[in-house]
Formats: sequence, structure tokens, C-alpha cells
Amino acid sequence: MKRLKQFIIGILVPLAVLAVWQIVGSRQDMAGIVPTPLAVLQGWQGWVFGASGMGLNPYSGTWLSNVQYSSMRVAQGFTLAAVIGIPLGLMIGWSRLIAQLFDPLVQSLRPIPITAWLPFSIALFGIRDMGSVFLIFLGGFYAIVVNTTQGARDVERNLVRAATMMGATRAQLLRRVVLPAAMPSVFTGMRIGLGISWTAVIVSEMVAVKSGLGYVLWDAYYVGRMDIVLADMVSIGAMGYISDRLIVMLERRVLRWRILQNH
Amino acid sequence: MSAILAQQLDKIYPTDPPVQALDKVELDVKPGEFIALLGPSGCGKSTLLNLVAGFEKASAGSLTVDGKAVDKPGPDRGVVFQEAALFPWLSVWENVIFGPKTQGLPASSYEARAHDMLRIVGLSDFKNHLPVQLSGGMRQRVGIARILTMGSKVLLMDEPFGALDAQTRLSMQELLLTVWQQLKPTIVFVTHDIDEALFLADTVYVMSARPGRIQARITVPLSRPRTIEDTTSENFNAMKREILKQIRH
Repeated sequence: MKRLKQFIIGILVPLAVLAVWQIVGSRQDMAGIVPTPLAVLQGWQGWVFGASGMGLNPYSGTWLSNVQYSSMRVAQGFTLAAVIGIPLGLMIGWSRLIAQLFDPLVQSLRPIPITAWLPFSIALFGIRDMGSVFLIFLGGFYAIVVNTTQGARDVERNLVRAATMMGATRAQLLRRVVLPAAMPSVFTGMRIGLGISWTAVIVSEMVAVKSGLGYVLWDAYYVGRMDIVLADMVSIGAMGYISDRLIVMLERRVLRWRILQNH
Repeated sequence: MSAILAQQLDKIYPTDPPVQALDKVELDVKPGEFIALLGPSGCGKSTLLNLVAGFEKASAGSLTVDGKAVDKPGPDRGVVFQEAALFPWLSVWENVIFGPKTQGLPASSYEARAHDMLRIVGLSDFKNHLPVQLSGGMRQRVGIARILTMGSKVLLMDEPFGALDAQTRLSMQELLLTVWQQLKPTIVFVTHDIDEALFLADTVYVMSARPGRIQARITVPLSRPRTIEDTTSENFNAMKREILKQIRH
């Protein structure tokens, strides 16, 4: 009973928004600007399940392939960001020399918004996947590096002392103490970075490539298919949510000790 | 030969103004001796322990363990920290074998000993637990088991039972005496608790604060093995009065 009540309270405001949307979308002067929720669903259905029709209608049966394009780019760029960002962040946080070498570069490039990199990225890589992947990489990279660095710096001093007392070398300290101790911060960085990566993929696909959810979003707007625009927006949100949940699932496995600690 | 020998040991922190934490400290600990460093907070007793451990460097004077000058931490000097300092992501078992495993020794050379040490501290049934699932006293027992597994000849203990409740603290003290009697390591035990120092140690070094100095060196005449009854004897109280006088001095 209590859960039912909570559920009903929880969907009240979203339902109200849907109702307002339906009313606004039904008005004559909103035609072509705000499609009704029902129209969005219908458009989406065609986009997902429609016959692909030899590419004559770009919004029939192409949803899955566009989701795949975008997801693949995020997966590539984000993996690259993690593979480079985590070790670099650990080194910056752990070694004063590495910090002196790399911190100024990271800190001076970080305030440049990733969107500002777009023209340069296109000039460098052309209208190809690499331009998009590069932006996604940048988007994830900073968040991962900065958080990992912080995590490595915050390692409890007595844990480091305990490990050296037991004979650990500097390399062993990094791998067996600093890395696991920084893991909670690494995951924080990955979750923030993944969110930025999804922003980066949409922006870059609008400009730098000819496929994916970001490309469809802008393209559908140009031809006045606002139902597809809205269906696309919801799709992006859903993908962002699902990929975040995947990271959280991984986090729960890796950081079991941390979760127990907080209860 | 002395297990630990400190001569004219100074430690000055280069803050502004500089803080002299230790002033010409002399320490001479025999192999297998149990000593307590007793004093109020800020008297430099933890600093002295950190110097012996190799975590910090002395500003002047000489410090040798087993005849060798101390220059860095090492498995010959096992440290038990105030808050145990176990690796929270490793199980009890992985924590206990961390030392020899990290040093790259073959598992056959330390596993039997690790099992023994866990049995001695009464944690055989908790091998797969994570530190967070243990009580404070159990965590300290893991901290003791892991340095015993390394086979450290010198045990450096920095107020290890300070955060425990009175009952747990007493059983930990008894456990430590049992372990010491069985394995006879040299123990340096830092505490601000007079009863604890007298109950455990052969020799109590009373320290005074700012700058940290050895105020008195008191040999505890209680026979071994000691029991909790010893701590209420007339003899014990007389020693306690003597030390209180030294500290108030």
C-alpha cells in the first residue's frame, strides 16, 4: 500500500507535464513546432521498427544503427580517456615530478570547453569518426584525470607507511595501495566523464560526422520532423542513463569494501 | 648487542618557529625486551617511534636497530598503528600475508605461519572477512598478526589500544603478553596510560614534553607472567605514584 502510494505521488508531476504537453501540442499555432506525445511515440515507432526502404526515408528503421554509431563512439572515446586518464591521474597524484611535468598542461587546457575544440578537431581529423572520438575522449579525460589525481593524493598516510614497512617498493605501492585506495575517486571521475562524453558525442555528430543520434537530431530539425527530434532527445537520455548504470554496476562489484564501509 | 640503540637523538621540525620534538634522547633496548614510552600527548613519543620505524629521519644523533643504522622502513621493524591501518579492500587473510607476498616470497614459506598467527590472535574463522566487518579490537589483532607473519624481530606499537573500550583493551593487553612470551620479539609500546605501561613493560621510559626528553627510566619489578591482579597490588600503586610524580615534575 505504502509503495503504491509512493508510486502514485511520484508520477503525478510527470503526468501533469505530459498533459500540458498534449494540450499545447494539440493547438493549431503549435503545429510543426511541438508535436504531441502521441505523435512522438508514433514517429519513434516508425524510426525503430519501420522498413528501412533502401535509405529513401532516413527516419524509418534506422534508430538502432544510429544508437549503435553513437554508443560505439562513446565507448571508444571513453575507453581511451580511462586508459590514459587513470594511470596519468595516479602518477600526477603520486609523484611530485610527474605532477610538475603534467599538471600545468592539464590545468591550462582544462578550462577550454570541449565544444571550442570542434573546428580544430574537424581540421585535424576531417568529417570522420576520429574527430568525434577525439572530442569524446577529451570530455571524459579531464574528469577522470582530475578525480583520479585527487584520489591518489588523498591516500591515507598510514596505509602508505604500513605498506613500506612491509617491504613494498614504490611501484608496488602505486599498484597495490594507491590505485585501490583511489578507486572510489576514479569511479566518481568516470561517472562525471561519461556524462560529458555523451554531451561530446551529440555536439560532434551534429557537426563533424554524418551518422549517430546527434546527426539525426540536427538533420530531423532541418526537415521539420520535430517528432523525431523529441524521440531522439529521449533516446539520448536513455542511453546516458543506461551507460551510467553500467558504471555503477561495475563500481558495486569493484568497491564492495567501500559499500560495506558506508553502511 | 642492543636491539635498539639511540644516542643523542634530536628531531627538529623546520616549521616557523622550529619545533624541537626530541632533545638528546638516549634509548638502549635489549633483544626481547618490552619497553613502554610513556608521556603526555606532544611529548614526542610517537615521533621517537616513527624514527625507529624509519618513517621520519632524525635531525642529529645516531639510531641503530640490530647494529644497523636506520634509514628506511622495513619488515624487520613491524609497526602496529593506532587505527590498525589495514587495507580496507583486502580480506583479513590478504592483509595478513601482504608483507611476504609483496616481498615476492613463495606462498609455501609463509602460509603455514600466517595460519598460526591468525590462530594465536583468535581470528581463524574470519579469514575472508573485510576489515570493515570487524570490531576495533579484531582489527588490531589483524594488525598484530600481519607483522608476526612477517617475522619482525622488533614490534613498534603506537598507542594500539588507545581507541578501544576498557574491556577489549584489557583482553588485547593479555593477548599481547601471551604473544610476546611465545615469540619473544623486542617491543616498543607507546602509551599515555600509566597502568598499561606498568602492566606490559619490563622498562618504562617516562617522557616530558616540549622538547621531548627522557625524564626517567624505570624498571618494572613485577614478575612474569603477569595477571590483571598485579595491577591492584600495593607494589603497583607505589610505582604509579612514583611515575605520577615524575610526570608532574
